[in-house]
Amino acid sequence: MLLQEEQTVAFHCMYDCGSPGVVQFLWLIPAVPIVASGFIALMKQPRRKLSAVLAIGSLGFSLLLALFAFAHVVSDWARGVATRETVNFTWLHFGNSTVDLGWVLDPLSAIMAVMVCFVGLLIFIYSTGYMEHDENFTRFFCFLSLFAGAMLGVVIANSILLLFMCWELVGLTSYLLIGFWYHKPSAAAAAKKAFITTRVGDIFFLLGIVWLFAQTGTLLFYNHGAGSLETSAIEALLSQHAAWGLTAAGAIGLLIFAGAAGKSGQVPLHVWLPDAMEGPTPVSALIHAATMVAAGVYLIARVYPLISAGMPLTPAGDAAGTTTALVVVTWVGAITAIFAALIAIAQNDIKRILAYSTVSQLGYMMAGLGLGGVAVGMFHLITHAFFKALLFLGAGSVIHGCHEEQDIRRMGGLKSQMRATFLTYAVGMLALAGFPIVFSGFWSKDAILEAAHNSPFIRGPYYLLVFGALLTAFYMTRQLSYVFFGKWRGHDHAHESPRVMTTPLVILAFFAILLGVIGTPAWPWFHAFLEGQPATGGVHLLFESDFLKLLGTSTVIVFAGLGLGWLLYGNKSPDAEEPDTLEKAAPAIWAGLRDRLYVDELYDVTVIAFYYWWARVADWLDRCLWGGIVAAVAWIFRMFAQLNRLLDTHWVDGTFDKACEELSTGGGIVSRVQNGRGQTYLRILAFGVILLAAILIWSTKP
Amino acid sequence: MGSPLTGYLVVAALLFSIGLAGALVRRNAIMVLIGIELMLNAANLNFIAFWRYSPHPEALTGMMFAVFSIAVAAAEAAVGLGLVIAVYRHAQTTDLDKLNRMKG
Amino acid sequence: MGITFYLIAAITLAGALAAMTLKHLIHAALAVTVAFAGLALFFLNLDAQFAGFAQILIYIGAVAILIVFAILLTRSELPKEGVFSRTWFVGLAIAAGIFAVLGWAVIASAHALPSEATTPSVNVHDIGVALVGRYVLPLEIVALLLTAATIGAVIVALHEKEGTK
Repeated sequence: MLLQEEQTVAFHCMYDCGSPGVVQFLWLIPAVPIVASGFIALMKQPRRKLSAVLAIGSLGFSLLLALFAFAHVVSDWARGVATRETVNFTWLHFGNSTVDLGWVLDPLSAIMAVMVCFVGLLIFIYSTGYMEHDENFTRFFCFLSLFAGAMLGVVIANSILLLFMCWELVGLTSYLLIGFWYHKPSAAAAAKKAFITTRVGDIFFLLGIVWLFAQTGTLLFYNHGAGSLETSAIEALLSQHAAWGLTAAGAIGLLIFAGAAGKSGQVPLHVWLPDAMEGPTPVSALIHAATMVAAGVYLIARVYPLISAGMPLTPAGDAAGTTTALVVVTWVGAITAIFAALIAIAQNDIKRILAYSTVSQLGYMMAGLGLGGVAVGMFHLITHAFFKALLFLGAGSVIHGCHEEQDIRRMGGLKSQMRATFLTYAVGMLALAGFPIVFSGFWSKDAILEAAHNSPFIRGPYYLLVFGALLTAFYMTRQLSYVFFGKWRGHDHAHESPRVMTTPLVILAFFAILLGVIGTPAWPWFHAFLEGQPATGGVHLLFESDFLKLLGTSTVIVFAGLGLGWLLYGNKSPDAEEPDTLEKAAPAIWAGLRDRLYVDELYDVTVIAFYYWWARVADWLDRCLWGGIVAAVAWIFRMFAQLNRLLDTHWVDGTFDKACEELSTGGGIVSRVQNGRGQTYLRILAFGVILLAAILIWSTKP
Repeated sequence: MGSPLTGYLVVAALLFSIGLAGALVRRNAIMVLIGIELMLNAANLNFIAFWRYSPHPEALTGMMFAVFSIAVAAAEAAVGLGLVIAVYRHAQTTDLDKLNRMKG
Repeated sequence: MGITFYLIAAITLAGALAAMTLKHLIHAALAVTVAFAGLALFFLNLDAQFAGFAQILIYIGAVAILIVFAILLTRSELPKEGVFSRTWFVGLAIAAGIFAVLGWAVIASAHALPSEATTPSVNVHDIGVALVGRYVLPLEIVALLLTAATIGAVIVALHEKEGTK
């Protein structure tokens, strides 16, 4: 029910209702897909239908539960209660500290959970059609389910440790899914690259977690006033000073942002995202467009109190300044937006264009967070999830229909052969470009541009973001005209995809338009919902002069981009071997853009080369130094053993043998006495008599 | 002038030595037995000589000893020669150098 | 030491030497008989008539005959290697050693020997009385011994029957 301007309802924040309700069962939302994944993994023989049913069923169940939780939060919001319900429990004790885990139900987690479940479910259904001819169907759904569970775990986590654990699990499943066709060396390399690059970010994230825990003594975000994002902890962090003029809050926030930058593909850790297109298209849609890469943005939204700590406020509660952390976030986001958009212009792989587009839009989201706060960034995240998923699924449909062709220069004229795909793809493309009024992308991007324009503290990003919008419209037009307009340049004939693949496209297109409604100034429901405020709006706000100026600027930019793109590429279909139109105009710049502005090469020469050198050093150490020591020790022992053997043979054995020989010889000599002849014995007797008699006589001599 | 006993003792010793030499040196078993008889006789001579010059000859100790010795010597000679004959029957020789079955 | 002594000594020692060195066994047996006779004369010289006659009776009359019989029963050719053993010098040396020791004993005790003694008068009656009186036990034992010796000699010299025994 809408709250009109006139109604004044006393809004009181009631944190941690603690009443038994849906929050007690919130853990089922991630748990059920993970259990389904485990079940599929342990199946003895791969069974396609059962695994698909398990995966889709489990995520469907999670969607229902998420919708229930969302409804609960919405009803609370309508009553004027701001919900933040948590369930926390202790996992480990050590010394005086405890490691706590828990989950939280608040507007942010509710809306994110619903989005992940819904988009995920549509993509799962799409995958049953897309992966039908693949022999590893079951393994695919096992990994997809695991991913869904882990992502939902990130969404509802109240403990930063639980978030990190699910974060790593999401990274793992991303690795498994990018390298799904592992026998392709490019896919295996891309999976490794994704994992390692995000790892670099995760190290800083972990440092941030440790520092936060050490400083605040708790891992929980919200814990009846004792959580690390609650006022007392924030104030303690603000009072601590770290290096370079940062407070502890700002430093921890920047460390956490490093983790988010890795996962969300911000420059310079964006290099893995385009390569991640080696995975199947549903994977690209789910993980690298809608959900996993959004996890970084979600993380920053979640720890926003930390990042924005210390921001001076006007008496009305508006921002009167900004923090260092937010400035960094904004600039990184803006630079990423422009960087990726430039590269996207010169790409020829249909998925790669969309990948760079994703990187660029993630930059927009980060900039939105930095400039306008949680609601601005999150709104673009939600709308982007829908239309980017739509675009990727549409690209998958195109690839499927063109017999696994991915080069846009070998497509063309598909608007008549793949009608449904074309129409939905066009909806998605216009949403991404930000076509005014009708499409949700316009409203979400506009909110970011508005925040950038109105921010008195950071001026630069506005111009970067506006230029980026122009580029976005331009490259999407290029892609659309190469794929759907002009003449068919491929081999064979293209065919439309089956119903199971086109239906999700339609549903997503539907939402790509509808979602705009909740973000207009006329009814800023989204913003109000997230902030726990009543949704004050009105149609008259649409006609305010500031808003109209912004509307005009955006429209001009978008149409300029669309027009420029159509001018250069529309309905013309150059052959694959011909150079691109822009390439003919500025070949050097084109080459640079096509080669991704040489970031990968830079890494190759610096970081990778260093690691190879270090690996060679370690190998040398291992073989020559440690190996040498071991060999020397072994040699000493061998010599010692030889010496022992010699001693044993010559001295010990020799002595013993010689003694025995002598004994034997002596015995032989002595035995000659026993020669069996009586006369010899007699002689000996007589000799004895002589001796005795002599002794006797001698003894009696006086 | 020394005692006459000394002469008898020397003769007895000489007789004994000759008998022993024969017993140790001759190859034939019968010659060894003859040598043994000579040795016994030498001992008898010693006995009688000492009896004769003893302070109490009426005790007849020496004489008795010599008589019994003669008896025993005769018995021993009989048995010994019987043995030699038995060995001769078995080994066809009386050569002591060849009879070394006792060799250990 | 009268001439008698030296004469008898010469006979005895000659006989003994001859017995030990003669090649033919019969000659040696006869030589040892001469030696026995010489000893009998010695006994008679020493006033031991009974012993002297006993010597003649037993030694010359029985033992010498026995020796001759044995020689005749074990007739074999003269051995090729000679009458003396291969290591005769060892035996000779030992015998010489014995003589040396005995001679030394005699010479060393020569001063303690009595030089004169009364002539004993012993008659057979006294000997008889002594035999059954004082020396009755040795007499009986010697009788037993002689019996055993006789039986033993017979058994030893008996021809073995084929198979049994």
